[in-house]
Amino acid sequence: MTVRVIRPGLLTSVQDAGRYGFQKHGVIVSGVMDPLAHRIANLLVGNEETQATLEMTLKGPSLEFLEDALISICGGDLSPSVEGTPVPLWKPIFLKKGSVLDFGPCRTGIRAYLAIAGGWDVPLIMNSRSTYLRAGIGGFQGRALKVGDELSAGTRTRLGEEMVKRLSSQSARAAFTAAEWGVAQEMVPNYTSAPVIRAIRGNQYDWFTQESQIAFYSEPYKVTPQSDRMGYRLDGPTLELTEPMELISEAVAFGSVQVPAEGKPIVLLADRQTTGGYPKIAQIATIDLPLIAQTKPGDTIRFTEISREEAEWLLLDRENQIRQLKTGILVKNT
Amino acid sequence: MEATFQPLGDQAVVVQFGTTMSLEAYQQVRRVALILDRHPIPGMVEYIPAYTTITIFYNPQALYDWNQKHTARERAEESDTLYQVMCNLIREQLKQATVVSAGEERTVEIPVCYGGELGPDLSDVAALNQITEQEVINIHAGGDYLVYMIGFAPGFPYIGGMSERIAAPRRKSPRLSIPAGSVGIAGKQTGIYPMETPGGWQIIGRTPLRLFRPEDDTPSLLQAGDRVRFYPISMEEYRAFEEGSS
Repeated sequence: MTVRVIRPGLLTSVQDAGRYGFQKHGVIVSGVMDPLAHRIANLLVGNEETQATLEMTLKGPSLEFLEDALISICGGDLSPSVEGTPVPLWKPIFLKKGSVLDFGPCRTGIRAYLAIAGGWDVPLIMNSRSTYLRAGIGGFQGRALKVGDELSAGTRTRLGEEMVKRLSSQSARAAFTAAEWGVAQEMVPNYTSAPVIRAIRGNQYDWFTQESQIAFYSEPYKVTPQSDRMGYRLDGPTLELTEPMELISEAVAFGSVQVPAEGKPIVLLADRQTTGGYPKIAQIATIDLPLIAQTKPGDTIRFTEISREEAEWLLLDRENQIRQLKTGILVKNT
Repeated sequence: MEATFQPLGDQAVVVQFGTTMSLEAYQQVRRVALILDRHPIPGMVEYIPAYTTITIFYNPQALYDWNQKHTARERAEESDTLYQVMCNLIREQLKQATVVSAGEERTVEIPVCYGGELGPDLSDVAALNQITEQEVINIHAGGDYLVYMIGFAPGFPYIGGMSERIAAPRRKSPRLSIPAGSVGIAGKQTGIYPMETPGGWQIIGRTPLRLFRPEDDTPSLLQAGDRVRFYPISMEEYRAFEEGSS
């Protein structure tokens, strides 16, 4: 065993990039809410991007390390510390056996991702390690972590081993050692409580009145307390159809913005259903999914329209940055 | 029936067959699904079939890499967006593939305890259609149904063939929690909630059967293409059923 849970936090679960391939059976994707932070956290400890990380929400856990470990924490700033010393985000960290990693108040964002070299070792269920909380499937026993749970890490990659070797030799005394390098500042998303989210028109955009179309892209929307991993219910100007129309149920996606008859938009997120019957006014560009996933009830969102072509280019550009980061990590450690 | 294409965000294509639910549209969707099972498209992640649509999800980077390798030199595809590349690949695949036949048909019988606290919207559905609650039950249980798709939640069947005499729009605001087994109506569709989940359908009854069995190899009791028949049971029978299976 590698880690024992001293305090579980508000909602800490094992997640990976998601359970793809089973949506045709109605099995939802699940997976991380902030895919960028999750992927980078894995890369920083020499893992494949497909490994599982721990998704921690708002109030993070307290974890005792039962053996030496190479970790990284990316995403929102939930004030991680070891023995009272703050642990930096977006960097590889070497932790000694016996260290207790503690999370405190939430400073930016709402979700942080803890990666460990070798990945969190939970069984693959339908090709994924993600926890599907509502169905009790996958992850660590199909549920969020509890006090006393013990998790182990899988086998480190050669790159992970190399990083452990370098960091562990640097300082014999400190409880943890952070690498001198980390993710470039330009790559770290600007998590804010008032983000501007880029979105593409949804396939039923034309069903809405002109006033609603304008209001959606110009007025602020508040994240309501009825928001979770499945979706965020937003409060703001009521969106109306030009005439009552029923959509025949069809597939939805991560970031679909659907509008039920009451007119308040719902943004579908990681634990979304596979299909839906409410008209979709917009689809959040993949590049900005991390920004909305890191907002919390009370935060204010504004949407701005971009073309599908632009969304595609932004996405490919981001993928390019991730490839460069991957190469950079490899170069630094060989 | 001609297929039309629409994007769903920056990672998926919706292939649509008409705008009304029909057996023909269903058969077209089935055909595309069977073709994709046998001949996956480069960059494809998975697909979701529905009544009149089948949505194909792709990995943009994988598609981009494939496209750079295979078509950049031959054609002036540089200006094509990934969405257009994907649409072209799907079109070609559908043109080339020969028609494949679906498997044999099953009929699954589903007991339902209608009305009361298990079916809180039965009276609303009756009032909307200006008939009695008993008539709603008779019409619902008297129908011959086909499972068009499994979606929304694990094992959730979208069932076609319901009489328009008991049609009812979705609730204005979705309920935050609907118990497992709840049988509902949304527009001209009927369906069953396999597990507790939020949802906007009008709930007319509940079945004691388990629709989602994650421990089984086929986790969904119903499959697309199944025939379904509902039959009414009393509250006592419902309870006996529940006790018998636990």
